[in-house]
Amino acid sequence: MYESVIGLEVHVQLSTLSKIFSGSSTSFGASPNTQASLIDLGMPGVLPTPNAKVFEMAVKFGLAIEAKIGKTSVFDRKNYFYPDLPKGYQITQLDAPIVGLGHVNITLEDGTTKRINITRAHLEEDAGKSLHNSFDGLTGIDLNRAGTPLLEIVSEPELRSAKEAVAYLRVIHSIIRYLDISDGNMAEGSMRCDCNVSIRPQGSKILGTRTEIKNVNSFRFVEKAINSEINRQIDSIEDGQQIIQETRLYDPDKNETRPMRSKEEANDYRYFPDPDLLPVVLDDAFITSCRNSLPELPESRKARYMEAYGISQYDAGVLVADRDVADYFAEIAETSGDGKLSANWVMGNVLADLNQTGRSISQFPVEANDIASLIIRIKDKTLNSKTAKTVFEALLSGEGSVDTIIKERGLVQVTDTGALRSVVDTVIENNPHQVTNYRVAAPDKQGKMLGFFVGQVMKISQGKANPQMVNQILLDKLSG
Amino acid sequence: MSSLTKNTLAGLREILTRGDASSVEITQDYLAEISARRDLNTFITVTQDDALASAKVADQIRAAGQASLTTGLPIAHKDLFCTKGILTSCGSKMLSNFISPYDAEVVSKFKNAGFVMLGKLNMDEFAMGSSNETSHFGPVKNPWSPTHVPGGSSGGSAAAVAARLTPLATATDTGGSIRQPAAFTGTSGLKPTYGRVSRFGMIAFASSLDQGGLIAQTAEDLAIGMQIISGHDNKDSTSALIEVPNYESLLNDSIRGLTIGLPDEFFDSRLDTRMQSQIEEVIRIFTSLGANTVSVSLTHVAEAIPAYYVIAPAEASSNLSRFDGVRFGYRAEKPIDLTDLYERSRGEGFGSEVKRRILIGTYALSEGYFDAYYKKAQQIRRLIKQDFDRAFSLCDLLLSPTTPSTAFALGEKSDDPVAMYLEDIYTIATNLAGLPGGSFQAGLIDGLPAGYQLTGPAFSESKILNAAHKVQQATDWHTHYPEEIRNV
Repeated sequence: MYESVIGLEVHVQLSTLSKIFSGSSTSFGASPNTQASLIDLGMPGVLPTPNAKVFEMAVKFGLAIEAKIGKTSVFDRKNYFYPDLPKGYQITQLDAPIVGLGHVNITLEDGTTKRINITRAHLEEDAGKSLHNSFDGLTGIDLNRAGTPLLEIVSEPELRSAKEAVAYLRVIHSIIRYLDISDGNMAEGSMRCDCNVSIRPQGSKILGTRTEIKNVNSFRFVEKAINSEINRQIDSIEDGQQIIQETRLYDPDKNETRPMRSKEEANDYRYFPDPDLLPVVLDDAFITSCRNSLPELPESRKARYMEAYGISQYDAGVLVADRDVADYFAEIAETSGDGKLSANWVMGNVLADLNQTGRSISQFPVEANDIASLIIRIKDKTLNSKTAKTVFEALLSGEGSVDTIIKERGLVQVTDTGALRSVVDTVIENNPHQVTNYRVAAPDKQGKMLGFFVGQVMKISQGKANPQMVNQILLDKLSG
Repeated sequence: MSSLTKNTLAGLREILTRGDASSVEITQDYLAEISARRDLNTFITVTQDDALASAKVADQIRAAGQASLTTGLPIAHKDLFCTKGILTSCGSKMLSNFISPYDAEVVSKFKNAGFVMLGKLNMDEFAMGSSNETSHFGPVKNPWSPTHVPGGSSGGSAAAVAARLTPLATATDTGGSIRQPAAFTGTSGLKPTYGRVSRFGMIAFASSLDQGGLIAQTAEDLAIGMQIISGHDNKDSTSALIEVPNYESLLNDSIRGLTIGLPDEFFDSRLDTRMQSQIEEVIRIFTSLGANTVSVSLTHVAEAIPAYYVIAPAEASSNLSRFDGVRFGYRAEKPIDLTDLYERSRGEGFGSEVKRRILIGTYALSEGYFDAYYKKAQQIRRLIKQDFDRAFSLCDLLLSPTTPSTAFALGEKSDDPVAMYLEDIYTIATNLAGLPGGSFQAGLIDGLPAGYQLTGPAFSESKILNAAHKVQQATDWHTHYPEEIRNV
């Protein structure tokens, strides 16, 4: 039996308006090289000037993971040649990062909590992009992304499965979204993940040789990439081969990892402190002001929701993971006054739709207020679960407010005893044979047989009859 | 030599203010002189048309009564200051096609002050050299003797001022590149405190040591220029947020009671005896002006050259990585792949001294050698700073020769890098400590200029200029210029 040892390096693009060392815009999707200034181009003689906003964002993240804040952090140069790295070096932080040792808690599948330590988080600039397929026989360089601020978050190798790795990544995603320091959009590359994976015999204390899977860009692929790499490593070792320390890429089409074309032999990055930038010194007042501006974080919100809305730990965990979803849920729960039903509706219908369509809650067409109205109509028995579902579908297709839909579609639940009695009478008259059978049946069979009559009543009432009332009337009439 | 170009910057300012000559007339005289002295190879680019056009504008501004004190004065820039729309070569084949898309901060400050740019000055390639022999555009000749070097790396700046081809030149100093050529050419040069002048738009050699400064005929002219270029620049995060004094108004302060420290280590056996007697003459003048001298020690100064030749190449190896043939500058013909593009663009675009320093620096930063070289060099750097701190607790300024001897002959040291590196023996520690230093005229030895160096605590430029100005008022060394010598 093998145990897998996993550590993640998560690169988060900080959502500043301008770049980390220049005034260029950081917005995504502009025409190539339209957001590259002289500084981003690495022109002779230009100098970097830090964007103070990145320090605030990094410190907030550090505080959110209860980390030691680097009061004096230093920018270093990581030297290597590549056409999308204009200066021939990347400005990053090596020995003195802005965020030191911290931790987060992840929830395992069995509901228990595990603490994952975070070694460090440091600031650095992103590189540009090489466009290998846009020009025949040539490589295009787009430097719009060059100089975009990144926070690289490095975990300890304390994750023991692909599922744990994904749970950890979701917690990090959740925190950066709560802090509003990144849009966390993995598809656009605002959050990228390098996975360090090794295996060792269960119980061993020695770390195996690790490989690094670069740039995995979705939660699902992180899980699949790690699992396929674990399996590959197990197969190799079982075959008597050695694991080579190398960088690999995940191919989602084949669901396998393979070695990256090595850019050069052994890279020696020749790190040294960047002489163009002074050490970043943060005073206590700055750190305090960052602390005071911290929003409520997912873990405390989870506890609050369990308490305030009487929902389970699992449900609360699901609902608070995304700050916008959490806000959406809270609005429904507050307005409808029923936390449990609100949780069921958000998880069972709203999140199901988001998962299916891939849209975010901000793109979801139904307002929280409408879901709340729907729940209120269920509670006052205007709707039953069947008609409520119909109303939800109608809300999704934009047919107006809950009450308009109920009215226009005639979905008001029939609770008028007289009306229900007459429908029941009709059903009894039309089915004399079934009535006779029911009356002679043993009491334990009668329950099941009653369903037939309920079904007939619902059919005639087009689903609008209040099921509890129908049951009661039927029982009365059939026993008589 | 035409009469207008004999003037100092301060003299030209007076001429313009009085209306005795126009900026166009002054500019024309300089352009004529520059053209007549092509043999010195001081200019890489002469911006004749632009110069005349901006001189004309300056005269119109003056006619409209809108002139500042410096409107219409000439200047030339070392070719590592980026100048918008004009070749900025850094003395290298690598940038022999580089038209800068922007102006260096220093260049825009002079522009804004109404200065007329005459052109771009020759220099050692990427400011690496002490003789101006590493320039892709050929060596600069010393105006005092065409067979001698003008010093480097700001050899074009110093020689142009010495030959009266410009009254003021920008220059840069990473290990002595302003002071040594100033000494070799009988001019005055000031390397300001690290952070006093913005480095934005100065093509970097070694970022923690590079500092822009000036070369002129007199301390007074340097004061005029320093007033323009000093101050904080938010485009350079290493530039200092410290108030800029009025340099000119402090020039005439009495130096009575000034304590001048004489570092033991700079007056040892390596010093040429005739150079020593010139410096003793300077000390006598200081004493006669009421200054006192005290002997001080800079214990670790012997380690300055080895430390410098680790730190400067290390930074250079990284700073020069951007010259890869991809976005600007020299690009090899028909590369077969990316590696070939890099190797040949850099192999063909850089000269041998630049390559030597890139190799030294790359080695010093390599895994396994970093601690032994780079870290140790930084420790030495701290010790040298402490030496200066101690010395300045005993004195106001340090005085020494700028160089061990006068200008050497062209070719004399070009095959011996270590001998060339030792040229900076008296100047280099100043850069490691980030301090201001100036070199000023100390007479002639066998027809070649000698220079003395004043080094002060951080941001003491006004004190250095004040002391040098007082000496210049008491001597005529700064008034000598080569033409006069030849005409004698």
